[in-house]
Amino acid sequence: MLGVLFRRVLGALPVLAIVSLITFGMIHMIPGDPAAAIAGMSATAEQIANIRSDLGLDQPVLDQLWHWYVNLAHGDLGRSLLLGIPVMTATLQRLPVTLALSAYALVLTLILGLGSGIVAALKQNTWIDQAAMVLAMIGISLPNFYLGLLMIILFAVDLGWLPTGGYVPLWQNPIGWLATSTMPAISLAMLLAGLLARITRSTMLEVLRQDYIRTANAKGLPRRQVVLKHALANALIPITTVVGIIISLLISGAVVTETLFSIPGIGQLLTQAVLSRDYPMVQGGLLLTTALLVLINIGVDVCYALLDPRIRYDG
Amino acid sequence: MDEDDRRTHPAWATLGRLMHHRLFVLGVILFAIVAIAAILAPWIAPTDPNKLAMRFKFRPPSEEFLFGTDNFGRSLWSRVIWGARLSMLIGSSVVVINAVFGTLIGALAGYFRWLDNGLMRINDALMAFPAVLLAIAVTAVLGPSIADVIIALGLVYTPRTARIVRASVIVLREMEYVQAAIAAGAGHGRILRRHILPNAMAPLIVQLSFLFAVAVLTEATLSFLGVGAVPPTPTWGNIMAEGRQYISDAPWIIAIPGLALMITVLGLNLLGDGLRDVLDPRLRIQP
Repeated sequence: MLGVLFRRVLGALPVLAIVSLITFGMIHMIPGDPAAAIAGMSATAEQIANIRSDLGLDQPVLDQLWHWYVNLAHGDLGRSLLLGIPVMTATLQRLPVTLALSAYALVLTLILGLGSGIVAALKQNTWIDQAAMVLAMIGISLPNFYLGLLMIILFAVDLGWLPTGGYVPLWQNPIGWLATSTMPAISLAMLLAGLLARITRSTMLEVLRQDYIRTANAKGLPRRQVVLKHALANALIPITTVVGIIISLLISGAVVTETLFSIPGIGQLLTQAVLSRDYPMVQGGLLLTTALLVLINIGVDVCYALLDPRIRYDG
Repeated sequence: MDEDDRRTHPAWATLGRLMHHRLFVLGVILFAIVAIAAILAPWIAPTDPNKLAMRFKFRPPSEEFLFGTDNFGRSLWSRVIWGARLSMLIGSSVVVINAVFGTLIGALAGYFRWLDNGLMRINDALMAFPAVLLAIAVTAVLGPSIADVIIALGLVYTPRTARIVRASVIVLREMEYVQAAIAAGAGHGRILRRHILPNAMAPLIVQLSFLFAVAVLTEATLSFLGVGAVPPTPTWGNIMAEGRQYISDAPWIIAIPGLALMITVLGLNLLGDGLRDVLDPRLRIQP
């Protein structure tokens, strides 16, 4: 098991090195003078010069790159121009908000996606199967911000059941958190539940065709036991591999969902940073989020290896 | 080619199977509605989508204003139809970029082992970023024009296409007929063009049809967030972002462009599913 972990971490290092190089290079891809672009239209020459020296843009590129990596090694990602606090601090402050929302959405995704996928596979070619797959298709095709807006129109504006947006921290008021997070979590989960339902259905159908399932049925085992112990346990292994993709899509989805529902998470932080040309925040936030995703994917791979004794990543 | 040959040609057999795939046909119809509206925009929506008419503001959908009007009295019919034109332009441009560069990078990485490692590490790194986040960051750097959005989406999604082409090329390279062509002294270019790439087309076409949907969706997301094409450019995302303020009084400003977006994405997803079922049944659902 340690071997799998070691191998995956080793494989992730070059990826992270290139990811950090790309994020470093971003500020140099700005057409024209990056310092002038950051300072904005009305800036004086002096302000532009200040920004240039603050960000070290007046130094040779290789020196800048060296400093970037030295600072990275110290966990220093620079200072947000907009907030005036270190990028690392700003990101870590917002991270729990995004993680709590993502976890809520992930729970909804697993319940809806796995549930409807399993039922659709067991009732293959019936109206239940077809209805589940039509719903999954709509879930995949419904843009999450459109779903969010439709829910705001219905549940917040017309019915007045839920607030249109805002945020209450989970640890201060769990009920308030549920009220403000439920619509965002549903709008995030629909796409993912649709994807998961389709994958679960096709994987389950494949497993249910196997000989050992026929044997288990022929032995007269109860249906529930065959489905849960024999079929689902084996179907879950390939399904695990998409969890990494689902988490990546959750983070992407959080960007727009948080902005739509005014939830102060990482997505909203980065959107504001982009809109206000806060490049250190954009670079640092992008790098940290991606690094986090790489780590999560390593975790998923280790779980995959734990679940399936055939996989050893040897040879 | 006489009548008989044409009927037994494999392309006709594939087309026949596609025509019997009901959901594929539905997808084609939905997508065609949007595509035709986009092409015919100057004729079916002759009113300038940016023409202000304050005395007509906030008109709900009616006979006079089919889709209603927005806060500036602009015709939503015109704005949504011209928005379709931009969505189609951006979607198809991203598909072309992916088809060209994704195939090139995937073929080189899959065919030449010495290139594989380097190209795929860069590929993996680009794919490690959350897609929407990277697209936002790139438009922040390049600027908020339509061309920059196309470049950003091309950069974000080409690695995914390259990976799919590479996977096919690696399998095909080891096939006996390819080995035979190498033994017969065919050049690398000829082997790739004549023997490998034509057989790698099926998964690529399936990928590109899903990609079209993803590109349209991501573009709408960018302009909804305010980092895409600058208002008053009539993109679906822009119209919805502007309508947010008036969500309780004029919900149609949001509902109609959102519906257009959903029809486009649904059509392309159904179309992609059908293509996958017929062209490459081995492929599983690709998120």
